[in-house]
Amino acid sequence: MTEKHDIVIVGGGPAGLAAAVAAYDAGVTDVVIIDREEAPGGVLRQCIHNGFGLHKLGRELTGPEYAAVYAAEAVKRGIRILRETMVTAVSPDREVTACSREGILKIEAGAVILAMGCRERSRGALNIGGTRPAGIFSAGTAQRLINCEGYMVGKKAVILGSGDIGLIMARRLTLEGAKVEAVCELMSYSGGLTRNIVQCLEDFDIPLYLSTTVKEIHGRDRLTGVTVVAVDESRRPVPGTERYIECDTLLLSCGLIPENELSLAAGIPLDTITGGALVDERRETEIPGIFACGNVLQVHDLVDYVSDEAELAGRSAAAFVRGEISQEKTVTVSAEKGIRYCLPQRVHTDAGKTELYMRVAAPAERVKIVARDGERVLLEANRRRVAPGEMEKITLTPEMISGAEEIRVSLEAWK
Amino acid sequence: MKKELVCIVCPMGCRIRVDGIGDALTVTGQTCRRGEEYAIAECTAPTRTVTSTLHLEDGRSVAVKTAAPIPKEKIFELMAIIRAATAKAPVRIGQVLIPGIFGTDIVATAAVD
Repeated sequence: MTEKHDIVIVGGGPAGLAAAVAAYDAGVTDVVIIDREEAPGGVLRQCIHNGFGLHKLGRELTGPEYAAVYAAEAVKRGIRILRETMVTAVSPDREVTACSREGILKIEAGAVILAMGCRERSRGALNIGGTRPAGIFSAGTAQRLINCEGYMVGKKAVILGSGDIGLIMARRLTLEGAKVEAVCELMSYSGGLTRNIVQCLEDFDIPLYLSTTVKEIHGRDRLTGVTVVAVDESRRPVPGTERYIECDTLLLSCGLIPENELSLAAGIPLDTITGGALVDERRETEIPGIFACGNVLQVHDLVDYVSDEAELAGRSAAAFVRGEISQEKTVTVSAEKGIRYCLPQRVHTDAGKTELYMRVAAPAERVKIVARDGERVLLEANRRRVAPGEMEKITLTPEMISGAEEIRVSLEAWK
Repeated sequence: MKKELVCIVCPMGCRIRVDGIGDALTVTGQTCRRGEEYAIAECTAPTRTVTSTLHLEDGRSVAVKTAAPIPKEKIFELMAIIRAATAKAPVRIGQVLIPGIFGTDIVATAAVD
């Protein structure tokens, strides 16, 4: 069975929902969201903590509440959401293949928006030595088990990685009666938001050990403990600093990886740093008519920015369907000294006001983000402090972009 | 008194400084009014919004939160009350599941059919 729709969105999380609503409001009403879960909302359904929506909606919501706001907007517009349906392929000419209990569905799409989100780095990818007992979870899996399935994962836990999910789960386990013995972080700084260190660790006297990792996992059937070790500047274990911590649970919060199997199979070029597609200012990938937004494009720390990015992708996809395509050339945007990546990676010279999102390479204080065209300074933005865990953005005006040959962004001392 | 805080009202994480004695506190470093309120409360009577899940009679559970922040030292007492309670499906978002507790209510943050 083949259907035809103007816009097909892969993924019904915060990115997919916001993209759908924005595309509809931009005048393209034939929008279909395909989601593999039983209800829309994506990872927000298990993020029962609060802190979502302050920037975007002006109020503080929990994850399920934030998702419900956007799901209600989609439903109000009559946007079709195919649930428990898994997209298995997207072709470069925008044919989307999906499967569900009803069988295989093929859709010829006017435009496709990729909004598949991301996955957690697993134990296998971390190369931790030792045995393979039960009791080792990625932090997000534990979050889902506790918050959605109603299973407690253990009584005494060590958490490896101080990203936001690890910090949130340290508090969640504590509230549910478990003892969190330690949060270990390989780097010399936490990758999580400062507010989460305060309200998830300091509030509950949970120790955070920086420059520390898990060297060995012990236990036969169930985890009995882990050996932690300090690491030097090049992240190599320092002999003699090993310490055994008894625990029955190890949570891994060691980074998120955009889930781009569909993009790769479609031949969409990816950025080696973000792990997401290379896009222009409208979030169009290098394959015309295929757009990307949210955590499948770059891992965000705030869902509010995911919604912003998704709305941009939604409006852009609607413009593509209407045949409004820029004929101007693009200039590259490159991340230089002190900046790990910058997105979008290219900008049309006729672009309007364009926000550049970026992450710094290391924490720093009193710095400025500088955008240059060749040697000419386009924009300088001072920052009192920056950290890799907190995404930065600067805004370029059409005047800055129109005459540019190449845009280079770097982090420099603030004099 | 002199105290340095990281604001937890929103993910901005502003560094706030509080100086002064008693009621005469001056707050600097915040970027919004909520930050000022947070800093004063944190130095006088710290509060937190608590989120958790509550059992439903049919074995499922529903995500909940305190409708307003509660005193920080009451968090574990509150958790014990939430753990002992049950509610009956269907539940809609915002529905009060446990009323009148530490000056606020426990409300559902997700819908269950």
